[in-house]
Amino acid sequence: MGGCQLTQVTVKHLWKEFGKQVVLENVNLQVGDHEFVTIVGASGCGKTTFLKMLLGVESPSRGQFLIDGQTLPSEPGPDRGIVFQRYSLFPHLTVLENLLLGLELHGAPLLGRLFGARRRAALAKAHPLLEAVGLASAANKYPAQLSGGMQQRLSIAQSVICEPKILLLDEPFGALDPGITADMHTLILKLWNMHKMTIFMVTHDLKESFDLGTRLLVFDKVRTDPQSPEAFGATITFNIPLKGHRDPG
Amino acid sequence: MRRLINQRPGRGAALLLAMLPFILVLCVYLYHSHARLAENPGDKLLPAPQTIAATVHRFAFEEDERSGDYLWWTDTWASLERLFTALAISALIGLVLGVAIGVLPYLRATISPFVAALSLIPPLAILPILFIAVGLGELAKVILIIIGVAPVIVRDLAMRSAELPNEQIIKAQTLGASTWQLVVRVVLPQLWPRLIDALRLTLGSAWLFLIAAEAIASTEGLGYRIFLVRRYLAMDVILPYVAWITLLAFTMDWLLKTLRAKAFAWAGAN
Repeated sequence: MGGCQLTQVTVKHLWKEFGKQVVLENVNLQVGDHEFVTIVGASGCGKTTFLKMLLGVESPSRGQFLIDGQTLPSEPGPDRGIVFQRYSLFPHLTVLENLLLGLELHGAPLLGRLFGARRRAALAKAHPLLEAVGLASAANKYPAQLSGGMQQRLSIAQSVICEPKILLLDEPFGALDPGITADMHTLILKLWNMHKMTIFMVTHDLKESFDLGTRLLVFDKVRTDPQSPEAFGATITFNIPLKGHRDPG
Repeated sequence: MRRLINQRPGRGAALLLAMLPFILVLCVYLYHSHARLAENPGDKLLPAPQTIAATVHRFAFEEDERSGDYLWWTDTWASLERLFTALAISALIGLVLGVAIGVLPYLRATISPFVAALSLIPPLAILPILFIAVGLGELAKVILIIIGVAPVIVRDLAMRSAELPNEQIIKAQTLGASTWQLVVRVVLPQLWPRLIDALRLTLGSAWLFLIAAEAIASTEGLGYRIFLVRRYLAMDVILPYVAWITLLAFTMDWLLKTLRAKAFAWAGAN
């Protein structure tokens, strides 16, 4: 099973503090390859901070955060894709250009643009994905001309085309109409099975987290001090393996 | 009866309304010009339209007796050359420094306060320094405009590039962008329309500094001419020159606006 590389995410005794405020305390986690990890928890209980550490824009105060045994780099990189709730598309690029961007950045260090045969090769890779996310007919539109659902589909495709080992989703469907989230779920599961990456998804929707995940993480505070609420942080209170939607084989 | 805020003029009416103030000013001028000239035919303050027309014809289509130049056009060309040179250099400085300050925290920490201080120096106050340092030639005038305009553009573009959503910057990094690639593929392309906005907004002060520099030390140029003929109360020259400068500035503004709309459709109307 799995792709060519097996991705292991290991978290050992992880703490995150902002000054006196403890956000996360003593988080331990082991996630295997090709898992779909869904993360739920009350607002302000550190799940987004956890995701930001995975992304590389926050670093742990104490403890270890390892991918395949390596300490997580302290900046974002192409091995970890991200889809935010909003604003992660480039407004000056068309749908197709947005999708091509990752390939162009990868292939052309100086100009960030591909030409000729290499561009055609990139296009050959982009078009099937564009079809898969249902945006082929909108290829030449700008993000501002797309609906919220189309924007998120494009944002997901934009990350997936770079074949990251890990895909991070920060409430990706939170701002969408409930009617289209079902389609989005089908799409993300399809891409997850096609590309065999590990997904971490933060969500507010408990049903969504059960429907999609192979593993559900609940972040919550174990201890609270009413006198100083910042004294204790949240940790993973439940780590539940789920059946998930893994393709047989 | 609908509220006033919901009553809008049609296309034709809007055009007519837009022309109304111009026509009104023209009428007031003609009335007073006529009245003064009726009282004293030698009056120079509000020359008659035919006097102005004759002067414009003399300046624009007849060789100057002394220099053999068509003064109107040599003045226009001299001024525009200074203005365009200065604006082009300012735009370049603005883009390079603005992006660098907006994108690189170390450069921001180093240059940003300096540029902020620089932009608060009244450029006209250091005009004497310029004249002493680089002489009275073209260079001093161009530098004056640059000193007046470039810091504003730098600060504006630095703010604009810092305003780009952090999500975009992070996303680009997860797509593998280096700092350089981030600049050329994500930041710069989104700043072009902002640069045009900044140029449009600084156009007014650029003209101000140009005319000021020309008034003080020059041998040709629109500002030079106005201040030269002021000694003879030659309103028949000054008025058309001012109108011409206004028209030039308006045309440049319109061209920039059109360029922005045509070339950067994604950026919308704002």
